[in-house]
Amino acid sequence: MSGWRGLPIGAAVLRPGSTADNVTGTWRVVRPIIDQERCIRCGICWAYCPDGSILELKRGYTTRGGKSYEVTYEVDYDHCKGCGICANECPVKAIEVVPEAK
Amino acid sequence: MLAELQRGARERVVSRRAGLTTNYAVAHAVKAVDVDVVAVYPITPQTTIVEKIAEFIHGGELRAELIHVESEHSALSAAVGAAAAGARTFTATSSQGLEYMHEVLHIASGLRLPIVMAVPTRALSAPISIHNDYSDIMNARDTGWAILIASTAQEAYDTVIQAYRIAEHPDVQLPVMMAYDGYLMSHTLEPVELYHEEHVRGFVPRRDRRNVLDVRSPITLGAFATPDNYYEFKYQQEVALRNVEGVLREVEADFAARFGASYGPVEAYRLEDADYALVTYGGAATGNARMAVDMARERGIRAGLLRVRLYRPFPSAPIVAALAGVKAFAVIDRAIAYGSPAPGPLYKDVATALYMEGLTVPGISVVHGIGQRAMYVEDFYGVIRMLAEGAGTGKVLFLGLRE
Amino acid sequence: MEIEARFHGRGGQGAVTAVQLLASAAIAEGRYAQAFPEFGPERRGAPVRAYLRISDRYIFRRDPVREPLAVAVLDPSLILVEDVLAGLRGGGIVVVNTRSGEVAARVKDSRPDVDVYAVDAEAIAMEVLGRPVVNTAVLGAFVRATGMVAPGSVRRAIEEVFPAQLAERNWKAVAMAMEAVKRA
Repeated sequence: MSGWRGLPIGAAVLRPGSTADNVTGTWRVVRPIIDQERCIRCGICWAYCPDGSILELKRGYTTRGGKSYEVTYEVDYDHCKGCGICANECPVKAIEVVPEAK
Repeated sequence: MLAELQRGARERVVSRRAGLTTNYAVAHAVKAVDVDVVAVYPITPQTTIVEKIAEFIHGGELRAELIHVESEHSALSAAVGAAAAGARTFTATSSQGLEYMHEVLHIASGLRLPIVMAVPTRALSAPISIHNDYSDIMNARDTGWAILIASTAQEAYDTVIQAYRIAEHPDVQLPVMMAYDGYLMSHTLEPVELYHEEHVRGFVPRRDRRNVLDVRSPITLGAFATPDNYYEFKYQQEVALRNVEGVLREVEADFAARFGASYGPVEAYRLEDADYALVTYGGAATGNARMAVDMARERGIRAGLLRVRLYRPFPSAPIVAALAGVKAFAVIDRAIAYGSPAPGPLYKDVATALYMEGLTVPGISVVHGIGQRAMYVEDFYGVIRMLAEGAGTGKVLFLGLRE
Repeated sequence: MEIEARFHGRGGQGAVTAVQLLASAAIAEGRYAQAFPEFGPERRGAPVRAYLRISDRYIFRRDPVREPLAVAVLDPSLILVEDVLAGLRGGGIVVVNTRSGEVAARVKDSRPDVDVYAVDAEAIAMEVLGRPVVNTAVLGAFVRATGMVAPGSVRRAIEEVFPAQLAERNWKAVAMAMEAVKRA
């Protein structure tokens, strides 16, 4: 770690987005899992996540019932802290929260 | 030779000699350095500074954003935002206003923002007083701001100009407070030599600062620091503040060359051969003590005066050097450090500075002019007499108090 | 050489502006001056004292004037509520705004060792300014009685402080009072 001379003055953070370096996923004791079959791509989990840890991927998905979507929502497990808000807000109960440790 | 050079410099730079209150002199300095943003909330006796600045902006003499805020807490917060975005920023307050700013004082210095603030000092409530003493500034002395205390309107004008050079210096990058007596200076009209503004702007050119908010190259200010780093940031601040004394000397050397005036971190008057010294700050205490020194000299007492101009960082070396040779000294404080080992805040600093050099010069702690209780030249002469009659270490005096 | 003076007025009458104009006039003459108020509560009507020092050197002392060479009284009723002559030096000068010769005579009786001048500043202020702001009229009488500064310097100071039209009217009040002032 840098000594006092090497730190930017005023405690400025000079690299935008450097917060992503902190792997807060280690704080998680429960894990949300999105069921891609039930997910209706409403984006509510993405909007509610307090940590920006729901990823909106430009990747298509077709359900077993034949419904096609252009996007897929996935959890960024490096940063998700396991708060469960996504599961609570999901209108179709497509997110399940399971313990990390068995 | 130097004096002649300085006179020559002055003739070139002075645009006019005007009768101004110190508050108006400060407003003229703010205009001369071409500030970008002014955020101030009115409070007596500061208000006439911002009234004058508003007039300058309205009349098109100063192109600056005057931000109307709803409190002093907001005034300094707005100044913090403006300075963080790289603007040359000014604010001013007194008394309760400075108290209300208190938490933001630490934020401004912690973020290393070169804000300049004028503080015509005023007593604190309760009971309510609009009159002068230095209780307000003394509560802000450990906030990481550089603090300069002026003793004349001319010096206040010059110091605001110097303050921007000091605050924006890469070895400093800290906010600077410029204090002076409320009423006794803020509302006293006296001669001030104003400079041609192009000379002032040449003296304080805009320079690129480190770590400024800029959408083209984003950074984060005001982030969290864990125990791993917090201490290092605070130590950086302490080092930067201690750099101020050297930077002040450097800035003043250039100021003297261009404007023919300099003051130094401390100012001595008739101290070279003095047996007894008065130590003061501000206008009324210093001016009256100076007259008292002359009175004492006429009566055969070798008295001298040391005025502390740079209060934070504390210029220990010149103060210790000035007092090392006297038989006794008295520090005249304009505030009470309630319940402290000595009642005078500056006295405590002077005593500590001497002790750290292993010196034990007899000194007394004098409190005077609380809530603008009248201070007369004779009062200061009385203190010199007391020193000459042998009053020494440990003596405490609440001057002008009714028994 | 240092000259000290004291102005007594009531909040709103402009005693502070009067001493500031005198100081500015002296500064315009290349001299040094100091003008400052001793405020009580900042309220219209409350008694106000304002001090003036003029010197040929920078004035370091910043204490209230206790032994003035000259005193100006902007409101004759102040004579009833405070000792406006306190500390006035022998041979000194008093300038009183009064329409009654009796008031001036009474002041002269109480201090035969000083010169007393009277001017009906209120009448001048009402005529020229339309408001009982007597400071510039008393200032005119004071300048004539004491000769502390030159009338031309006062005019310059007034023109610096007031907007053009108001400056003209205030200068007229000064000039009229310089004519009207009478020694008691």
